[in-house]
Amino acid sequence: MNLNLLSWIIFLPVIGIIVLALWPKPSQKTVKWIALVFTSASFLVSIAVFLMFDRSAAAIGIMQFEEKLLWIPAINSYYHLGVDGLSLPLVILMTFLGVISVLVSWKIQLQPRQYFIWILMLESSILGVFCSLDLILFFLFWELELIPMFFLISIWGSGRKEYAAYKYLIYTLVGSAFMLAGILSVYFITHTFDMTALAGIQITSSFIPLSVLFFLLMVGFSIKLPVFPLHTWLPDAHTNAPTAASVILAGALLKMGGYGMIRLCVSMLPQVAVQYAPIMCTLAVIGIIYGAAVTLRQTDLKRLIAYSSVSHMGYVLLGIFALNQVSLTGASLQMFSHGIITGLLFAMVGLVYDKTHTRDLNNLSGLARQMPVIVVVFSIAGLASLGLPGTAGFAAEFITFAGSFVSVASPGMKIFTLIAVIGVVVTSGYILWMLQRVFYGHPLDKYNGLKDADAVEMIATFSVVAVIMLVGIYPAILTNVINIGIEPIARLIGL
Amino acid sequence: MMDEIRYIAPEISLLCFALLVIVLDLFIKPKRVLPIAAIAGSLCSLFAVLMLFTVPSTDVFNKMIAVDQFGLFFKALILVSLVLVILASHKYILKFERFQGEFYALLMLSAIGLMILVSAINLITIYVALELSSISLYVLVSFLKDKQSTEAGLKYLILGAVASAMLLYGMALIFGTTGNTCLSCIADYMKGMPAENLTGSPVLLIGLVLLISGFGFKIAGVPFQMWVPDVYEGAPTPVTAYLSVASKAAGFAVIARVLLTAFGMPVWLHNDWAMIIAILAAVTMTVGNVVAIVQTNIKRLLGYSSIAQAGYLMVGLAAMGLAAQGDSIIRSGLLFFLFSYTLTNLGAFIAIIAISNKINSDNIEDYSGMAKRAPLLAIGLTICLISLTGLPPTAGLIAKIYIFNGAVGQGLLWLVIIAVVNSCISAYYYFKVVKVMWMGEPVAQEEVTSTWPEWLALAFCCLAVVVMGIIPGAFIAITQNAAKMFGI
Repeated sequence: MNLNLLSWIIFLPVIGIIVLALWPKPSQKTVKWIALVFTSASFLVSIAVFLMFDRSAAAIGIMQFEEKLLWIPAINSYYHLGVDGLSLPLVILMTFLGVISVLVSWKIQLQPRQYFIWILMLESSILGVFCSLDLILFFLFWELELIPMFFLISIWGSGRKEYAAYKYLIYTLVGSAFMLAGILSVYFITHTFDMTALAGIQITSSFIPLSVLFFLLMVGFSIKLPVFPLHTWLPDAHTNAPTAASVILAGALLKMGGYGMIRLCVSMLPQVAVQYAPIMCTLAVIGIIYGAAVTLRQTDLKRLIAYSSVSHMGYVLLGIFALNQVSLTGASLQMFSHGIITGLLFAMVGLVYDKTHTRDLNNLSGLARQMPVIVVVFSIAGLASLGLPGTAGFAAEFITFAGSFVSVASPGMKIFTLIAVIGVVVTSGYILWMLQRVFYGHPLDKYNGLKDADAVEMIATFSVVAVIMLVGIYPAILTNVINIGIEPIARLIGL
Repeated sequence: MMDEIRYIAPEISLLCFALLVIVLDLFIKPKRVLPIAAIAGSLCSLFAVLMLFTVPSTDVFNKMIAVDQFGLFFKALILVSLVLVILASHKYILKFERFQGEFYALLMLSAIGLMILVSAINLITIYVALELSSISLYVLVSFLKDKQSTEAGLKYLILGAVASAMLLYGMALIFGTTGNTCLSCIADYMKGMPAENLTGSPVLLIGLVLLISGFGFKIAGVPFQMWVPDVYEGAPTPVTAYLSVASKAAGFAVIARVLLTAFGMPVWLHNDWAMIIAILAAVTMTVGNVVAIVQTNIKRLLGYSSIAQAGYLMVGLAAMGLAAQGDSIIRSGLLFFLFSYTLTNLGAFIAIIAISNKINSDNIEDYSGMAKRAPLLAIGLTICLISLTGLPPTAGLIAKIYIFNGAVGQGLLWLVIIAVVNSCISAYYYFKVVKVMWMGEPVAQEEVTSTWPEWLALAFCCLAVVVMGIIPGAFIAITQNAAKMFGI
């Protein structure tokens, strides 16, 4: 029986868009509820897929919930969806954050209808990226995400919003432009856009050096992740985006980069990945340390968390290019846990900003007295971010480092890992320092009488905390799934 | 002879209606009937074209005109753009007071020229058809009779005349060498050519270069793009829209037909001109995109953008030249791109016409806050600009993927990389307009309304662009069918 569950996950938000667009003069309340209903529906379907997912050894290397329909016959392109252990956690992550982002936008005043249309479109396109198994379909969803993000940042953003939106647009387009050239070259060499078939083919070509092909694809993913010298769009986009967009951007969108690297670069061109592992690991370590060091210097709360993402995405890159089963599993788990933790952090910053109207660390102090609930949740998110045992952050980082420490992908992996671990120490530094400055110390009189989180905000944030704890205490709930997806890839690499 | 008349029924019916429009204009007071008659004529002609699709390919009038899928595809495309332009211009031309009949009649006459042009298979027919369409367009460009429009008309006339002269000279040289004007006869001569390259026959080489130059003017490829910005800016906007799509599409059709049928063989020959086109393509798109960045007038901006789009189209043309015979996927890339470009660009221009009817300005800064003043027009224009950039879910993306896919297959990866980088540059100026419309503060509170024919035209274009972007299969099949004839 085929229920086309993945199509439902992707297109429920689209149906939501249509309902929102056609609903005659909806009130603000109606708009919010429509958005909530459709994101929740998508989330519930994804949970159903998660529960029905086959975790047995027989499922290794097999795409589940596959759908395949001829789409563009002329170039042999299919509407081909499917999930494996690698993509399923990311799908869940996105649908979950979709619901959260609607909840944290509950008080939006400016053009709510248009706002939620863009949020839903963003969700739909990111889900499409994670579910696509056809390169052209993948690319289509990859590009689709740009438009809602551009509008979300430039209309509902703050500060230099238009500059940030433009920077985001151009950076991403440059990346995807090279990616398109790469995808077309792959097609020219192999005559297929099928990602599952491509993972098994030994690609050889006299037409284009494989390392050039590798980097054509890699540029787009590196910009998205982001990898160290290509990260400069990220602080601007995060800082100036509205809260919900930041949540999705940090939570799910960056993961498209990591996902693409594993799914395309590493799976399709494992030998080239091994060849360039030393360079990528070096960039990862630079990103970790540089990101963490720059974070220490930030005084804008959102910018601080944005730079911390640069650092944390370095762990993902290190895990990927350590190229063994454990490290890749760690990288995948890190993508998930960073998604929920940083999503929560941005949501909390949004709450603090809504109430105090400032994000400047120097203007904030002693909020613990005025808004205790927010402080508790914010602190849990912060502690998870620095990798406190018992939270998702710890599980992910530990597995990543355990994998990279024993990796043979590059000489000196042990040194890389040791340097990367320093990043964790610096992380503790800036997180604790931030918490101390914002929440403790002398309460400021001007913030007296500010309200704490209300019911909607509590529901949203507590549920994220619950997931962070769940994954932290019992990571096997995800690693079981991830392992199934990673194993065939690790086998291809053969290290 | 007489039974061959039915093959040019589309042109004849359009001509009858063009004359009818002029006559009606003389005798009938309410001018509302004019656009109705013009649209009726175009639809009649379109119907006649569709009827011919079932007829097996043949050539008529002593190898002057071909009746084939390729030509019919372009005829249909030209007629669809004619209908859309007439729908969009019915309000705009109330500005003229007099000469409304002539406006429609001239548009239809130039369409007849273009329709003959796309099916011409003899250098003489090509030249005559080209002049028929060009002369109508010279008049149309200067129709506003103000300073800018007159200047544009004069510029178009003079440069157009130079281009025609080059074309004619090229044709003369080719005739002199090969002794023939019919394309298939030239092809026969070329196949028997002993030389391993064209330098062995300088006269033919110069002839070919002049021929490409003459057509280069029509498609506005660098270095023959100089007229575009001024003419686009000065001409009445509906005429600009028409120039940017119908005239360009016909230009590409004729250049593809001449190069592929007359100079498609031997292999070294088509490899030679394909490389020239590839290099021109790179220059064309770069010039168009880079100069477009600094434009402040939307018509000029779209003028440069249409130069850039011509560059992408030339990528397809180069790939067509390099392709092995009978590869209809690569050969249809150009056609599908033209298909999508025509609807997209027309959509953008229709929105601009509707907006400028109300605000009397083409400055991008006057579009500020247009999303609040005219939300649906703004949505339409945004969809078209997104498609021109080549982002999903629109035809623009699929067209780019499709045309670049063909080019990569022919070893033109370097050109594709230049082209995709160019797309990034183009995003900057297309989104500049989007940004102004959606994020700017309205300069006036007055709502910008539009009439239902403008609506209809815009809605048709946007819908087509989105549908082609999501389920392109059937549309690609149409273009593949049209491109099949080159698989000799």
